[in-house]
Amino acid sequence: MRTDNSRLNRVDLIANHISHRFGTLNVLDAVSFTVRAGEVVAVVGPSGCGKSTLLSILGGLLQPSSGAAELRGAASPQSLNPLTFVFQDFALLPWCTVAENIEFPLCHAMSDSAARRAVVDDVLRRIGLSDFRTAYPKQLSGGMRQRVGIARAIAVRPAILLMDEPLSALDSQTRELLMEDFSRLLAEAAMGAVYVTHNLEEAVRLADRIVVLSRRPGRVREVVSIPLTRAERGEIRGREKLTALQAELWSLIRSEAIDAEREVQDA
Amino acid sequence: MLDRAGEKSQALQAGGDNLRKVAFRGGGFSPKTSRYAGLLALAVVIVLWQAAGSLSLVNPIFLPSPLAIARAIVQLASSGALWQHLAYSMMRIGTGWLLGTVAGIIVGFAIGLSTLARSVGITFISALFPIPKIALLPLLILWLGIGEEPKIATIALGVFFSTAISVYSGVDAVPRNLIRMAQSFNVPFLTIVRRVVWPGALPSILAGFRITASIALLLVVSAEMIGAEYGIGAFVLQAGNLMQTDQLLAGVVILSLFGLLVGWLISRLEKRLLHWR
Repeated sequence: MRTDNSRLNRVDLIANHISHRFGTLNVLDAVSFTVRAGEVVAVVGPSGCGKSTLLSILGGLLQPSSGAAELRGAASPQSLNPLTFVFQDFALLPWCTVAENIEFPLCHAMSDSAARRAVVDDVLRRIGLSDFRTAYPKQLSGGMRQRVGIARAIAVRPAILLMDEPLSALDSQTRELLMEDFSRLLAEAAMGAVYVTHNLEEAVRLADRIVVLSRRPGRVREVVSIPLTRAERGEIRGREKLTALQAELWSLIRSEAIDAEREVQDA
Repeated sequence: MLDRAGEKSQALQAGGDNLRKVAFRGGGFSPKTSRYAGLLALAVVIVLWQAAGSLSLVNPIFLPSPLAIARAIVQLASSGALWQHLAYSMMRIGTGWLLGTVAGIIVGFAIGLSTLARSVGITFISALFPIPKIALLPLLILWLGIGEEPKIATIALGVFFSTAISVYSGVDAVPRNLIRMAQSFNVPFLTIVRRVVWPGALPSILAGFRITASIALLLVVSAEMIGAEYGIGAFVLQAGNLMQTDQLLAGVVILSLFGLLVGWLISRLEKRLLHWR
């Protein structure tokens, strides 16, 4: 399955001069970059710089004021939903069990209920949720809820995952565990991803490249490559390098973060 | 290495000469209900009421004793009159409530989902909702004749507006992030309505049922008092005219029992449909 996916998912996601305004508030200003097939791109920036707005535009949930999100190439025919979101607040249906939540996006795409069940069972096993299939979201911890959100996303075999601060509603220990899950999943499923976060550690650990946005209105300030393979990041030498990169990124963002924070306080 | 300091010895050292307990100050502000206390209070009131009647402290014409009311109920039930009146009232409430609820749910969903329906619908609902619907009964009698139709229509109207409002506020309260989530998976519109909007609005719709059930009860009694031969409202009015206060209060007790029954049914429905909460 893994090699299939990577061979067939030849989709680039392109942000083409995306600008957005909410009323008189300029949120994004001509943001352009490309997420190449199978690549993980993190988008970081100070709070209020339009990261989440950008992701909504990239995923077709919001019309940009100008510019466009574009796709180049074709996703694997097996992909039921090439651009798939993982949400910050999980967005699980509270009236559905874990299994029903994962099945929900499959219902209109796969008419065969046995086939749907097989897909649900498969992702439940991969994410380690098999024992929770009949539980309701309210019975689960935050980390487990986000695992359901991830399982639901994986089940439709996306070409590119759009992750909007997927760990920021979780405590730091859960976050650490889920980051390990993400690394593993992104490596084995060979999907691309756009990972929006304000957490630089998540960015350097998960991304191949990092798009640094300025404070509002968000512009691309810098695109930084992480010159380490996933295997290298686990080693001690790799970790040291990541820490250094993280410090470098912080120095890029720090002054803007201070300004952004002042702005929020003034408002 | 992790340095595991001995906390016990430290605490003791810090205690020393002036050891005091921190005063508790977090009590109160969390009232609880006790089922038995409530029932007991009710029983006490009934016993006192009965005692007042038995000791001839009150005139039974103005306030018959609980036992007299119970006797009146038994007699009404065995003569069959109770069932006849109840059957008429039930038919009017059932039909009126159902019509008003179905129409209210359809209109409420339209207002919750479409800009056009919203702009038009909210204007009309805000204008017509405050009218006491019983005031329309004479007009409805002119339109629909003096049969069952005007009574049923009055109830349906009263139920409709309240239902429409609770349905569209329920639809408005469905978290937008769930709808966006469904859209992000290309889930079709009708599936979103059926599997996201409907269950999301259901708590508010069921809460609306409680209100509309009491509206329907109020309107059926009023309409029956204005002009009906049979029905609990007509029976209560007749009993009053004949100074049969035990019969009158028997009718009131039956209305209250009916209200309790409906409330209990809605609670059951909520437990069943909203178990995920």
